[in-house]
Amino acid sequence: MPTTQMAYDTAHLIGATVLMMGFALLYQRRVTAVIRTYSFQAMALAAAAAWQAYVQEAPHLYVTALIALVFKGVIVPLALTWLVKRLGMHRTVETALGIGPTMIAGVGLVALSIVLVLPVTAGATSMTRENLALAMSVLLLGLLMMITRRNAVTQVVGFMALENGLILAAVGARGMPFVVEISIAFSVLVAMILFGIFFFRIRERFDSLDLAYLETFRGERQ
Amino acid sequence: MTALLFGIIHTWLVVGFAPLITGVVRLTKARLQGRRGATVLQPYRDLWRLLKKESVVADSASWMFRLAPYGIFVAVWLAATTMPTFTTYMILTPAADLIALVALLATARFFTALAGLDVGTAFGGLGASREMFVASIAEPAMLTVTFSLSLVAHTTSPAAIANFVLGGHVGLQVSFGLALGALVMVAIAENGRIPIDNPATHLELTMVHEAMVLEYSGRHLALLEAAGMTRLLLYMSVIVCLFFPWGLAGPESGPGGLLIGLFAWLGKVLVMAVGLGLFESLIAKMRVFRVADFLGGALLLALLATIFLYVAEAV
Repeated sequence: MPTTQMAYDTAHLIGATVLMMGFALLYQRRVTAVIRTYSFQAMALAAAAAWQAYVQEAPHLYVTALIALVFKGVIVPLALTWLVKRLGMHRTVETALGIGPTMIAGVGLVALSIVLVLPVTAGATSMTRENLALAMSVLLLGLLMMITRRNAVTQVVGFMALENGLILAAVGARGMPFVVEISIAFSVLVAMILFGIFFFRIRERFDSLDLAYLETFRGERQ
Repeated sequence: MTALLFGIIHTWLVVGFAPLITGVVRLTKARLQGRRGATVLQPYRDLWRLLKKESVVADSASWMFRLAPYGIFVAVWLAATTMPTFTTYMILTPAADLIALVALLATARFFTALAGLDVGTAFGGLGASREMFVASIAEPAMLTVTFSLSLVAHTTSPAAIANFVLGGHVGLQVSFGLALGALVMVAIAENGRIPIDNPATHLELTMVHEAMVLEYSGRHLALLEAAGMTRLLLYMSVIVCLFFPWGLAGPESGPGGLLIGLFAWLGKVLVMAVGLGLFESLIAKMRVFRVADFLGGALLLALLATIFLYVAEAV
């Protein structure tokens, strides 16, 4: 068992790495780089889960870590890369808002989540509180990514990043049932498959994955 | 008395080793590109050759143009003398803190930009404008790094921060990691390294630093080059002193401690020089307009470091 201070510091460091990857997702300008960054984020998440398993002495969290590593760190990025290649997409990320303003909004969201989480969790241990603040930030950054990217694939990566935030929150909380974590992990996988099908359908209809077309679309006029 | 002696040794050490470090970076890059490359001593020879050559000054140049190289070199050298390298026990170390360091480097940059504008060539003006554009974001980032470090250590003096880190009060602090990231990004931008600027060219439309000093020759150019090399070593020393101060000698260390301090510093700086060469070989130069994003990232890291400090305090 590591000392409390060291457990805290390491958890803090890994959590911050996940958050940094969230920012890196917003910073990237190429779709392949976005997917790669997402893969790194998932690996950092796996490290966070494994560390929590070690600290809390909760073996089932090792399974969570393994799922994060295999599914989200390897399979989902590979599938997304395959999709991008298959759809013959533009390699640049199309943004609805510039990179700079997005990053500033991201810092604002981090501050917001800290301001929100800290008073609410006054009774919890410091490790849980920090972890929740970090997880909340990752989640909000994922949402921000979904809002500010116009292309469907990058929006899906935003969704997956959001889900990484959820898992980060779940592994930090003591006594989260394993069933919940497993079901989140698999629902994401199902979502991934559905998204894949949707990509093809959207492109078939509009010859593009730019979701701006969807906004004006009002169904088939007869 | 010893403090004075160490101060004098340090002053010459920094200037003396700066060309060597630049030589190591160049050699690393050359080897990675499959060339044999010049020896690490080549920058010394270059400086010596330039010093012996005649200095040609344009007809349209004012006194500013002649004065600037001396001003730049003195400012950078002065900044370097205050930064502890092998020992914190130096006469000038208490005289300046990190904020003074930023100010001295800003003075050097100001003179460089003025010199670039002075002759009135298109390249000089363009370079000066870009340098100021880079500086306008790099400087706040550097200052934010300073602030977040001083929030932890309760001081802005580099020697005191180094002692604080050595005292083992830090552990695996996230804020320190973030501040380190931000400082490295700022250092890359300030020294005009790839991906911000290419230090190895005089023939590119997007050059920044080289564009400003294009009109210089002879001893003026030698001074500017030496200032640039010293600045690179200075930034490396800042990173070493603030984040990896292990081995640094203090006021009470004997000759053994001083030797360890010297070799530890030299070893760390050499590792960083090779690392820089490796990094520059791996990465492509950025478009000028992406520089804002890059440095915005540095500013953001530094800001996050500060935010995390408040969290750690609140929890």
